[in-house]
Amino acid sequence: MDFDLSEEQRLLKESVDGLLTDAYDFEQRKKYMAEKGGWSKAVWSKLAEQGLLGLPFTESDGGFGAGGVETMIVMEALGKALVLEPYLATVVIGGGFLRHGGSAGQKAAHISGIIDGSKTFAFAQLEKNSRYDLFDVATTAKKKGAGWIIDGEKFVVLNGENADTLIVTARTAGGQRDRSGIGVFLVPGNAKGIAKKAYPTQDGLHAADITFTGVEVGADAVIGDPENGLALIERVVDEARTALCAEAVGAMDESLKTTVEYLKTRKQFGVPIGSFQTLQHRAADMFVALEQARSMSMFATMASEFDDAKERATAIAAAKVQVGKSLKFVGQQSIQLHGGIGMTMEAKIGHYFKRLTMIENTFGDTDYHLRRVTDQGGLV
Amino acid sequence: MDLSFSKEEVAFREEVRAFFRDNVPPETRRKMVEGRHLSKDEMVTWWRILNKKGWGVSHWPKEYGGTGWSSVQHYIFNEELQAHPAPQPLAFGVSMVGPVIYTFGNEAQKKQYLPRIASVDDWWCQGFSEPGSGSDLASLKTKAERKGDKYIINGQKTWTTLAQYADMIFCLCRTDPAAKKQMGISFIVFSMKSKGVTVRPIQTIDGGHEVNEVFFDDVEVPVENLIGEENKGWDYAKFLLGNERTGIARVGVSKERIRRIRELASKVESGGKPVLQDQGFRERLAAVEIELKALELTQLRVVADEGKHGKGKPNPASSVLKIKGSEIQQATTELLMEVIGPFAAPYDEHGDDGSNEAMDWTAQIAPSYFNNRKVSIYGGSNEIQRNIITKAVLGL
Repeated sequence: MDFDLSEEQRLLKESVDGLLTDAYDFEQRKKYMAEKGGWSKAVWSKLAEQGLLGLPFTESDGGFGAGGVETMIVMEALGKALVLEPYLATVVIGGGFLRHGGSAGQKAAHISGIIDGSKTFAFAQLEKNSRYDLFDVATTAKKKGAGWIIDGEKFVVLNGENADTLIVTARTAGGQRDRSGIGVFLVPGNAKGIAKKAYPTQDGLHAADITFTGVEVGADAVIGDPENGLALIERVVDEARTALCAEAVGAMDESLKTTVEYLKTRKQFGVPIGSFQTLQHRAADMFVALEQARSMSMFATMASEFDDAKERATAIAAAKVQVGKSLKFVGQQSIQLHGGIGMTMEAKIGHYFKRLTMIENTFGDTDYHLRRVTDQGGLV
Repeated sequence: MDLSFSKEEVAFREEVRAFFRDNVPPETRRKMVEGRHLSKDEMVTWWRILNKKGWGVSHWPKEYGGTGWSSVQHYIFNEELQAHPAPQPLAFGVSMVGPVIYTFGNEAQKKQYLPRIASVDDWWCQGFSEPGSGSDLASLKTKAERKGDKYIINGQKTWTTLAQYADMIFCLCRTDPAAKKQMGISFIVFSMKSKGVTVRPIQTIDGGHEVNEVFFDDVEVPVENLIGEENKGWDYAKFLLGNERTGIARVGVSKERIRRIRELASKVESGGKPVLQDQGFRERLAAVEIELKALELTQLRVVADEGKHGKGKPNPASSVLKIKGSEIQQATTELLMEVIGPFAAPYDEHGDDGSNEAMDWTAQIAPSYFNNRKVSIYGGSNEIQRNIITKAVLGL
């Protein structure tokens, strides 16, 4: 049993923290947000140069063969700096589908572009009525010759506007809520028949609603079994949830630090407001919430490598519950302890609150995952 | 980063489990499962079994009878003991005064007291809190005046747990009334049979008798019963309170209680089906289990850290353990109350001193809920814990 980072992992953490300290303060972030697409190509290139975009891929695919702990380290750092670049969509999710389900040809065609930073991905999964159920898919993929025709609507696709490649879940057989009959498709972002409505999200990221009308793809567009893709989707989304837990821990950590700093410097009644016990105890409770979330983020990271899919899913759902509860408390109280200034766009604390809030509602909120843990019969 | 225990640790866990399975008296276990009190004899009998095995004072240095286990082994031992469940060694002797004596006591004191703590020939109790000194412990007034080769002790202690069974007490007494608060306190041990010691029971809201008031009226104590240096008692008290960081989360206790909740909730019916099938109840139970899993991981982080880097600089996460551990213990007793519902009401006025076999098991659920309100108060209230986080971790 060991919770320490290895020497290599420690160096990775230092390097990604160092990069973001230089390249990603709050003012720089505003500039990146104003760039086309809402994030910085230059930063993305730096992430590529440091090898961060290639971490989880095997060495034979040109990557570094890193595991969940390395992704946790990176996501925590990205959370601390409120990074806008599409690491989750491209490396964790796009890369995850290729790693776990991709054919040799698909890997060869796509992974090098992710690693060198030239290509980004987006995951077109959410539908109007699917909410958090990954098996609830109304978008269809119908066989045409050797290939497929995709029709349907997907919503809040992060990085959807700019992604070179979309990963689309679509129904190849059965009814809307059947667990079988779901396929996963690689679709070029500019394929004929795709219409996008792009918009910024509450937390400063960018997303798009995407309509697929008779979009034709070849037989080589299918990742894995076109009729039984759900297990693959669940596995990759579990990794995405795990990554989001780590991102949230990073964002909470920075929120608490920023808030404690504010308590030390802001004066009222002639003294720093951090001398008031009611505020001290609130901050102490934020620390407790953060550490409990950190423990569960580590647990999810280690669980994401469990062989037993059920055990893995329950553990990660439990982590998402703890992180969801903690992030709500830390996020809300960070604003409360900042007082009026916390309500302003110009203070960075509110931006952490917004990102944390959006994380809770991505790939299942606290209630959803609590129900999943409950249905699995709990953890003890 | 690796969650799993090593092969040796797994083997150790099996050894510990097997020992508990074969050696904890079944009656003792049953009473603990049902949340009943144990008699003094039942506790002492079990502790002597444990001590015979060499595990009675497991965390003491080897020369005084300890095991030399790693921090992970200690963790496994405590978890398994709590989850079996079996009584933990008497904290006042084994975890509190023992380490103070082998760290600060002289050779004669070590020889005189340590073996008797291990064999429970002496039952120890703690004389810290006073009616006017709770969270502000250093304001204590009980005084020990030096007269020749004796201290004359006068004053009152309170919340003295199981003093009714105690042979010995370790006591914080003021030896220098002129010195500043923390500076004039000494750590003195003496027999509860001494002339002038009076124990008066305090009945707690659950109807039970765990705690007492203890009065000292010109109690004569030989000066050689001073531990360490005169007026340095506050340092020893701080050492004592900081000594037990990880067991305090009581994860094993809560795990055992959750198993109990599941068992009872699958038998008790509500709305024509077992309570355990009620979605709302199930979700509340799962929510507590998730909190407990997070606490278990937090505890493991602290244990792993101690194993690797020693106990010198505590992991900041350790301050989470008392707060969350007590909240979760209380939450489990609330869930038990929810399971039993209206049948929590009947009160057995004969109480439960370990001998009242006629008492229905349901009668212990409400008292256990009432009794567990103590866990966020004792050992430094959760508000004091937040003060510690504020200062030691957040630097406010």
